[in-house]
This record gives sequence, C-alpha cells and structure tokens, in this order.
Amino acid sequence: MKEPGYIDQHGNHLTIVGDWTLPYYAALRLELDRRPRHETTATTIDLTKLRALDTAGAALLMELVGARWLAEIDERAPELPTTRRALLRTLGEAMIDNPPPSARPGRPLWDTLARTGQHVEGIWQQQYQLLGFIGQVLATLAVTAWWPRRWRLTSMVAQLHQTGLNALPIVALLTFLVGAVVAFLGATVLRDFGTTIYTVNLVAFAFLREFGVLLAAILLAGRTASAFTAQLGAMKVNEELDAVRTLGLDPIELLVLPRVLAMMLSLPILTFVGMLSGILGGALVCLQALDISLIQFLAILQRDIPLNHFLVGLAKAPLFAFLIAVIGCLEGFKVSGSAQSVGEHTTSSVVQSIFVVILLDAVAALFFMEMGW
Amino acid sequence: MSASREPLIRVRGLANRFGQHSVHENLDLDLYPGEILGVVGGSGTGKSVLLRSIVGLLRPSAGRIEVFGEDLPQLPARDRSRVERRFGVLFQRGALFTSLTLQENVALPLIEHAGLPRADAEALARVKLALAGLPGEVAILYPAELSGGMIKRAALARALALDPEVLFLDEPTAGLDPIGAAAFDRLILTLRDALGLSVFLVTHDLDTLYAACDRVAVLSRRRVRVADRLDIVAATDDEWIHDYFHGPRGRAAYRAAHPEESP
Ligand SMILES: Nc1ncnc2c1ncn2[C@@H]1O[C@H](COP(=O)(O)OP(=O)(O)O)[C@@H](O)[C@H]1O
Ligand SMILES: [Mg+2]
Repeated sequence: MKEPGYIDQHGNHLTIVGDWTLPYYAALRLELDRRPRHETTATTIDLTKLRALDTAGAALLMELVGARWLAEIDERAPELPTTRRALLRTLGEAMIDNPPPSARPGRPLWDTLARTGQHVEGIWQQQYQLLGFIGQVLATLAVTAWWPRRWRLTSMVAQLHQTGLNALPIVALLTFLVGAVVAFLGATVLRDFGTTIYTVNLVAFAFLREFGVLLAAILLAGRTASAFTAQLGAMKVNEELDAVRTLGLDPIELLVLPRVLAMMLSLPILTFVGMLSGILGGALVCLQALDISLIQFLAILQRDIPLNHFLVGLAKAPLFAFLIAVIGCLEGFKVSGSAQSVGEHTTSSVVQSIFVVILLDAVAALFFMEMGW
Repeated sequence: MSASREPLIRVRGLANRFGQHSVHENLDLDLYPGEILGVVGGSGTGKSVLLRSIVGLLRPSAGRIEVFGEDLPQLPARDRSRVERRFGVLFQRGALFTSLTLQENVALPLIEHAGLPRADAEALARVKLALAGLPGEVAILYPAELSGGMIKRAALARALALDPEVLFLDEPTAGLDPIGAAAFDRLILTLRDALGLSVFLVTHDLDTLYAACDRVAVLSRRRVRVADRLDIVAATDDEWIHDYFHGPRGRAAYRAAHPEESP
C-alpha cells in the first residue's frame, strides 16, 4: 500500500501524513517550498500518521522542523516507535551545527580573465618544468652511467619490446602507404614535364631525410608518449610513486631512464624500417605505374642519392625519441589524484610531443639546408 | 529469528574459478530480509569475490544466485538494472569517482535514477554524508583530498544514496578509528531497524561482529563452513574458527560485548 506523503495543516498544528520516501521526493519538495518558513516552536507537529520513511524523507522532514527538533525527538514525540526515533535523532544530531559548504560566488568575467591568465602562465610553466626535468634526467643518466649495477636492463628490454618491437608492423605499414602516395603524386606532377624517372629521387629524398623519421616519431608520440603518461599517472594516483620514493629509490632512475633509453633505441630502428618500407612502397608504384623495374630503381638510388641524406634523417631520431619520452614521463608525474587528470595529461603529452617533433623537424630542415648537408 | 522466512538472496552451488585457481566450490549462502549477516574468513578466502558475484559484477563459473527471487545473471539488462538499483555497495577501496566531489559522488545516483534536480540531489547528498559522519565543509572536496577513513564514510554515503534494500559492505570499518568504527556499527543498526535494510557485511572487525551482526558466515576452504548465530559459530569445532574467536583479540571483543560476564 503506497500513499504519497503530504502535510496536513490546521492552524498551528501540522500533521505529517503518508509515505515520505525517495519516490515522492519531488512532490514533497514542492509542498515544502510552497510553505512559508515558519517558527516550529510555535507549532505542534504530529508524526503518528507518518507511514514509510527513508533517509530522503527524513532529510525533507528535517528541513521542515529543523535539525535541533529532530535531535530532541525523544522528548518531542515519545509516542513514535523507538526505531524511527533513533533514525530521526541520528539524522538530527548529524546535521546540527553542520552548515553547508560556503559556495564561491560566481563572477563570470573575472573567472574568464583568471582562467586565461592561468592558461598563459601554465604554458610558460610547462616549458620551464620540461627544461628542469630534462636536466634532471640527464643528470641521473650521467650518474648511473658509471654504475653498471644500477642499469635497469630488464625493465629497459621490456620497454624496448613494447615501444619498439610492437610498433614495428604499424610503422612499416603506414610508411609503406605514404611511400606509395608520394610516388603517385610525383608520377602525376612529373609526367607533365616528361621526367617521371625523378619520382625515384623524390621518394628516396623524402623518406631518407624527412618522412621516415617524422612518421615514426609521430606514431610513437601517439602510441608511446600516451602510454608512458597513463602508466606513470595511474601509478601516481595509486600512490605507487610515493612508495618508490619512500623505499629510497629514485623514480627517475627506476621508471624514467629505462623508458627514455628504450625509446632512444627504438626510434632509430623504427626510422630505418620506416625509410625502407616507404621506399619499397614507392618502388612498387614505380614498377606498376611507371614501368621502372626494381633493378633500375636501385641503380638510380645508388647513383643519385648520397649517404648523407640517410644520416641526416637518422641523426634526428634519438633527439625526437628523447623529447617524446621525457614529455610522456613528465606529464605522467604531473597527474594529480583523479581519473580526469590522467586523461588531461595524456592528451597534453601527445599534443606536446607531436608539436615538438614537427617544430624541431622544421628547424632542423632549415639548419641542414643552410649547412648544405 | 528470521530463519523461517524466505531468503532475500539465495546462493546455491556457487563456484568461482580464475583459470586453474578455484576460489569457491559448491558454496551455499542465504541472506534473510532485515538481517545483518557478517561474513568473515582469512585474507584471500574469497569474501570480496563472493560479494562481487552476488551483485552481478562477476559471472560465476557455476551455480545459481537468486536475488529477490530472480536469477540475476539470467535477467535481461533492463531488469537487471532495476534489481541493481535496490542494492547499495561499498567497495573495499571506496571506489569513489575521483573526478567528482564528494557531494557529486553521492548525488550522481540521485540525479540519474531518482530524477532529482541537481540542487536537491546535492542537498540530500550532504545529509547522507553527515549521516555517515562527514562534516559539511568536506562535501566539496575531491576524493584525492581525503583520508582513507573519510573515503570509507563517503563510500557508505554513496551506497546509501538511493535508500537501498540490501547493503553490501566490504570491510567498512577497516581504516576507521575505533570511535568512528563504533559509531559506524551503531549507524548500521539504526538504519537496519528503521528502514528494514538487509546487510551483507564483510569484516575483520570482531567488535562489529559482536555489536551489529545477527548471523555470521565463515568462509573457509572454498565454502561457507557455517552460517549461524555468533555463539553457535564461535563454538563450532574448527581450528581456524577457534583461533579466530578465541584468540586474544577475539576474547577481548567478547569481553567488550559482554561486560557482565567479566571477572
Ligand atoms: N580478478 C581476479 N583474477 C584472478 N584471481 C582473482 C581475481 N580476483 C580475486 N582473485 C583471487 O581470489 C581470491 C579471493 O580474493 P578476495 O575475494 O579478494 O579475497 P578476500 O577474502 O580477502 O576479500 C584470491 O586468492 C585472489 O587471488
Ligand atoms: Mg577483500
């Protein structure tokens, strides 16, 4: 038998009737809001007609009569069953002297300005922290390099497996496809000049100098920087990083160095694979669309492309790898104890590392061009 | 007292296996309406796993779990959600949503299921937090800013949000100070008496067993060894049970609960 709760008023006499439970909360709320806030001391309140009552209903009742009234329910309504009085008394006692938290007044314009300022300062802070962290990592590296017993070989090999070996197929496939696309573009544009043979040079140039390393680095930024941030961030949330510190271990030595070194080993290897499979993609298009046989393709490579293009491309890989790994780890350390924060910093680490990779690549391209390498 | 009534939750022949590792075999357990059932057992005997399989988070390898007379794992998703709303669960590690403040944590089910407007839900959430022993000013803090005991209290408030019929508590008093733990025991009793809750209470706290539980189920060797009134369980002829209830802590808790028998 369900009976929606309501308040029956005769002069100064309130009778609480029916079920005061969560399903009727909205209706009861309306009824309470309609009433003027009156002095409960001047009225008598009859709770004997009250049927079902849960904590939601009890909370509403408390709004009506006040916490103090409920805390004194044993004197005020001794006719109620003991169990019900116990609930109301417990609730009243818990809510006496328990003001709601002071809400900050909203100031939209001010808040917007403050957020903008915070954001700008945050960007500056980020660079500052990154530089500091790079210094810390290099210092730790310099110290541990002299102590072979402190090299975390097992951990590094595990990271190498995840960041290097497991990324091989996707890097190879992607660069192969991009290589084919570049060859198609070259073939289309160069056909008008009757110099389609230079498609070979185009593909080789592009992949040796830029695309091999750039594509591999961007893939690792998306794939591994995010993984580092999420791993270290979850460890931070779970207080594992604090545990590492209190055990007298250095989180940089234990967690960051193996990741950074593994990354610096994997990216050059992945770059090399990327170059090869990009050129292979180009070669297949040349074979299919331009009737340049593989042997001819290789002969042109050997004749026209000096080794330094390969070296220029490969030299960038360790630098990119270092920055991607360091950014990923630093963002992980910056996570503060919530799931949302893990998400924010993972996003930030991917965006930052891709940005840094592309920016540095542009700077390096200028530099190498000016140097005539 | 309630043994003649129909059980609210009936577990029959439950088996839970993780690969080769068998946690439960042929486990039977009943939870009667309005009772507080204490579940004890050594660490790793599968108390949390039992709780998870009853609330439907873990599909058992074998056996039947009837809840309110329905076989929970077999129900279609809609009906299951309806049944699950009658549960309140306090997880061993709190499992608060870290991106929400405490009052938002408690208000979430009120907004989603009870359809309350946000302001009402948060006001009600603060009442529940206060009931669980948390003062008003912490309601706007995030879980990362709390102590372990406060997280337990907030998790209890969230478990109570929808005024559930069955409350599942996984080691609720672990991490609370003794005063807080005693207040917790009283709160559970008050709520049970006033609201007619049934409580499935996993605990290592002997004081809680003596103060609050109507029956105690002992998990051991993959089964419920015995489930009965505390004095009967304590007298059971089993080495682990004997050590548990008649070790130094067990005796101290017994004396605290029976002051008139102390020498
Ligand atoms: N997801 C899981 N995978 C494998 N084994 C598990 C899993 N969850 C629990 N176990 C095993 O089940 C057993 C019981 O665990 P649990 O119920 O958490 O113990 P407790 O009684 O202390 O709460 C343990 O031996 C644990 O290793
Ligand atoms: Mg457990």
